[in-house]
Amino acid sequence: MGIRERLSGNEAVATAMKQINPDVVAAFPITPSTEIPQYFSTFVNNGAVDTEFVAVESEHSAMSACIGSEAAGARTMTATSANGLSLMWEMIYIASSLRLPIVMSLVNRAVSGPLNIHNDHSDAMGARDSGWIQLFSENNQEAYDNFVMANRIAEHEDVQLPLMVCQDGFITSHSIENIELIEDDKVKAFVGKYEPKHYLLNDKEPIAVGPLDLQAYLFEHKVQQAEAMKNAKKVILEVAEEFEKMTGRKYGFFEEYKLDDAEIAIVCMNSTAGTAKYTVDRLREQGIKAGLLKVRVFRPFPSEEIAEALKNLKAVAVLDKSDSLNAAGGALYEDVISGMYQKGLQVPTVNYVYGIGGRDTKSDDLEKVYNDLAVIAKEGKVTDPYRYLGVRGDK
Amino acid sequence: MSKLVEIRWHGRGGQGAKTASLLLADAAFNTGKYIQGFPEYGPERMGAPITAYNRISDEPVTIHSNIYEPDYVVVVDDTLLECVDVTAGLKESGAIVINTTKDADYLKSVLNGYKGSVYTIDARSISIDALGKYFPNTPMLAAIVKVSGVMSDEDFLNDMIGSFKHKFAKKPEVIEGNMKAIEVSLKEVKKIQ
Repeated sequence: MGIRERLSGNEAVATAMKQINPDVVAAFPITPSTEIPQYFSTFVNNGAVDTEFVAVESEHSAMSACIGSEAAGARTMTATSANGLSLMWEMIYIASSLRLPIVMSLVNRAVSGPLNIHNDHSDAMGARDSGWIQLFSENNQEAYDNFVMANRIAEHEDVQLPLMVCQDGFITSHSIENIELIEDDKVKAFVGKYEPKHYLLNDKEPIAVGPLDLQAYLFEHKVQQAEAMKNAKKVILEVAEEFEKMTGRKYGFFEEYKLDDAEIAIVCMNSTAGTAKYTVDRLREQGIKAGLLKVRVFRPFPSEEIAEALKNLKAVAVLDKSDSLNAAGGALYEDVISGMYQKGLQVPTVNYVYGIGGRDTKSDDLEKVYNDLAVIAKEGKVTDPYRYLGVRGDK
Repeated sequence: MSKLVEIRWHGRGGQGAKTASLLLADAAFNTGKYIQGFPEYGPERMGAPITAYNRISDEPVTIHSNIYEPDYVVVVDDTLLECVDVTAGLKESGAIVINTTKDADYLKSVLNGYKGSVYTIDARSISIDALGKYFPNTPMLAAIVKVSGVMSDEDFLNDMIGSFKHKFAKKPEVIEGNMKAIEVSLKEVKKIQ
């Protein structure tokens, strides 16, 4: 039946971690994810969990400790944001290449500089090619649900990859909202016991982890990593199906909101999708056929599936909460249009970089995007696809 | 569309405006509502102007932006009236609730011609009488509940005694004072315009 509660996004993730009771958590505090290890260390101190909590001296050490413990055979978690993830940089590639299913809560924040503590997706986008599975969450409920599903996906024997659950810093991490929690025993049964096939502390099977890997094998190992990422697609859907049986809440690669008969649509991730739903409802009242595609699974990228879902639209806007600074367009935009190109689709698609450094994104801003899309749909083409939304000095 | 009530709080860091917004979210949640309670984080310093928000609705709330056209505004510190545009976007069908002892003429002069309802409450005296200390957030919480009518006085009082018992489990001596501050505030908030 579920438990009606009200929690912030950070409290929701800390609650999921408590229910899962991992073997090891190693973390270093950084705004806006600090509360997660803070709450979790309280659970450790109170005996609510029997996790080994490693208070490290930096994020590089946090990820290094996670790698060591996961390789040893322990279910391991961490949380970070922005520059914390930057300091983990060297180690996040080690984690994925060693096929260690570490689970991270990434509370999205702008990567400095100049120094900014507020939300955008530059931290997650920087890690998009690091071999981590990336799930995005609209609100506290989805951050919690994604976290409950995370270990099942990451630890699956066809996957064995680290996974990060993203949510918007402050906007959802520090906002108290309604949430439906799952009973402790159900979470425990759903997540199950961690039984890695190969691990360092198995005295019956001595193995080496992370030795030198030169021209003879590294390429093949990278292909195996790529295969694992492809396999993750199937596993993500299987786990979601089982989760739906338990909770009634349905998850896929993405959520389609009023997209069936839509003529114009926005594609975006995280909390902006909630504001977009509100905007779509408002426009629908005026008879405008607006829709939304909210991406939940960004890595692996459901390229074909997204293209298929967008194929009947007259115009699409992809919103990137991070600028790739590449003179071409944002990361989500480029992935979406690549998928369309592969399918031979000619849907006019425009990119808006928005919300940088915590710039608030209002329903009126999104309404402006839909208005622009109505014009593009009429003209049937886009001449300037790389645009900004909500920046001062905007045309 | 169901009724959505949006509230904006203005206070200074350390006065508990953020806590008050979270307490209001809690109380409304306990009466079965869908709620949001969130602060707008800026430079976090004691005394700096801060803003916090509430959305309260009978249906799930999906919008995730700050509130620009609130139904109600709560001003926890009247020294903000001359430096923050507290009535910005405030609906004229709504109201502003101010913790102040200043007179109506002065308030009129700083509210930018706001035509909606204006309520005042002397949260300082109420807090000092009931608690012996100046904690404006409890009186202001009661005042906005009364003015907005998001829940009945009775539901609110019942909920607050429960949450104070929980919150102050180790300091039961302050529960009575806080409840007294709420009861007095529910009566003393007065409409001046």
